Amino acid sequence: MKEKKYDILPNSELKAEDRDLFCDARPVPVSKLNKYMEKLVNWARANSLWFLAFGTGCGAVEVRPLMTARFDAYRYGIAGRPTPRQSGIILIGGYASVKTLKRIIRSYEQMQNPKFVISLCSCSINGGMYFDSYNTINQIDKYIPVDVYITGCMPRPEAIIAGFNKLKDRIKAGNAEGANKYAENFDYYKANQKKIIKDWNMPDYNW
Amino acid sequence: MKTILNSVKNIEQIFGVLAKKIQRPDLIFITVEKKQVLSVLSHLRDIEEYTHLVMITAIDYLEQGKFQILYLLHNYKNNTDLGVKTFISREDAHMYSAHHLWGQVATYQRELHEMFGIDFPGSPRVNENFALEGWEGIPPMRRDFDTLRYSQETYNFRKGRATNDPKKYMKKNLHKE
Amino acid sequence: MTTQIFIKIGYACISIAVMVAYGLLTGGVMARIRARVYGRYGAPVWQPFLDIFKNLNKRTAISHGMMFYLGPIFRFAGGLGTYLFIPAVFGSVLFANFSGAGDIFLVMYFIFFGQLGMALGAGEGGHPYSGIAIARGLAQMSAFEVPFALAVISIVVQYDTFSITEIVAAQQGGILHWTMFTNPLATIAAFIALLGMNMQSPFDIVIAPQEIPIGPPTEFPSQFLSMLQTNRGLFLVAKLILFMNLFYGGATSVWILFLKTFIIYLANLFIGVSFPRYRIEQAIKFFLKYPTIIGIIAIILMAMK
Repeated sequence: MKEKKYDILPNSELKAEDRDLFCDARPVPVSKLNKYMEKLVNWARANSLWFLAFGTGCGAVEVRPLMTARFDAYRYGIAGRPTPRQSGIILIGGYASVKTLKRIIRSYEQMQNPKFVISLCSCSINGGMYFDSYNTINQIDKYIPVDVYITGCMPRPEAIIAGFNKLKDRIKAGNAEGANKYAENFDYYKANQKKIIKDWNMPDYNW
Repeated sequence: MKTILNSVKNIEQIFGVLAKKIQRPDLIFITVEKKQVLSVLSHLRDIEEYTHLVMITAIDYLEQGKFQILYLLHNYKNNTDLGVKTFISREDAHMYSAHHLWGQVATYQRELHEMFGIDFPGSPRVNENFALEGWEGIPPMRRDFDTLRYSQETYNFRKGRATNDPKKYMKKNLHKE
Repeated sequence: MTTQIFIKIGYACISIAVMVAYGLLTGGVMARIRARVYGRYGAPVWQPFLDIFKNLNKRTAISHGMMFYLGPIFRFAGGLGTYLFIPAVFGSVLFANFSGAGDIFLVMYFIFFGQLGMALGAGEGGHPYSGIAIARGLAQMSAFEVPFALAVISIVVQYDTFSITEIVAAQQGGILHWTMFTNPLATIAAFIALLGMNMQSPFDIVIAPQEIPIGPPTEFPSQFLSMLQTNRGLFLVAKLILFMNLFYGGATSVWILFLKTFIIYLANLFIGVSFPRYRIEQAIKFFLKYPTIIGIIAIILMAMK
């Protein structure tokens, strides 16, 4: 039964000639290291938080001041990286429209395994002021696993730093296993994503 | 220097204007026939020096069964704006494409096609996705589209969300009297 | 003979370990100084070690085939090669590395080598912007290589040798024997080239995150990235030691080495934080104009002596 679970992905929405250009492997959960090593590594992870500088909504304007002299998030080891390959955190900056959600998923799946999600603003929690909008999703955690929510419309930079510190605590405690959760519940998340993203012209998993 | 009133007068004489509204001294809206729109636009652009197209938008008059399309033009010489409006039928919604007049028109028409379902035959890439990728059903900006119901059906509502009517809520909590 | 070789290799390993640690720490300290200039507190000085350790322990790492692996390895080999052929401390067995006659050419070759390997690997990554980044990086590299090469030729003419050890030996015996004072023009040309090499501010194009992602390493995740970061520390020290040996009289002990390289880098950083940035074509024009002319004059002066 377990063999069947890690089968190859069909990539059925891609054109037949494009299919062999893309990877069809499923994400696989990676087990932790031994107890003490994992603690040490988690400590390093918690103090070197590289987030993907990808502003998905209006909340992203509050992320930029983090790097200025006034808030100076560098002193906590928080730094923006411009590429998903090297970053470990994705910040959902407020409302995510269906079009942006597609990009969020692509970026999230391109990040490497210990990866965390921080979600800003009320829009990504319950829709916020866009709860009745035709293209804004109401609950981001149906589509990707979220570690920390920061409420507010929009949260101040201090609140964002507080959220980062919350994430640090979670990582140090070993609770932030979003990437493995995503890999284990891959079918659930994929079904939710495909339900609302109508033209799925990308592979099922963007390695 | 040409004034905005002169320009409007010229349009009235040459093409005929169905309605005219002077909103401000530097902003006038004129309504012309659907057939005349392209001629009026090219006249305004080439002769009356309304060289900048600010935007194209549409308004849904559901009760009358009509769409109104608005072209807003700007004159850099005397800093005035002129809105050219026209009505098209709602059932058979199509309009003549003006993409040869300004480069940005094609993009606006793509947007109108997606949001209102107004067709612009001959406009480049008008049938491609614009902002809504893979939208199905009635276009979202039409007024008979129920956006709350669509949202409830499509996106999951988190339990515990409360909505207050702003008027009652304000009366109850802030302005008790 | 065999034992001698093994002892030499063991010494080299020790010296590499020391220099990597020193390079990363210097990087951290300099980031901190830079932050203070900008009015921030800045990350702790051990932040580079944390980043490397974290990246080393990422659970997955994506790869794009054979060349992709070779990219960071070439780059690391470039840093390693540059360092291993420079005698770090004058008269020390432990830090002598593999220097010999004519090593100055080998070192100059290795400085260029890493970037080329990186270009191959990043091209394999398939990222559309890494091509632009490579073009920029290599263009700037070729540009600052010219004044640097001229300065080195001027020194070779001056001391009449290709061996870095002999160049250092000729500079011993007082501060006025340093190339800095006996051949100031070559020093100036090379110092400007060093600004470009260290990507300090008038010439900090390649890793500018504002323009294109982050240059060639865009597609390299996890362990690849930690390798590149380690190399950054080592390569930085290698460059600084080379400059110290060629222009600032070398070092007779590790502590003098640390002090001199730190001061060279600090001078570099002060220029870096006080200037805005050149565009790539402006930087190339600049390098091919003033430092090149200074370098040529330096050669002519030394040849006429």
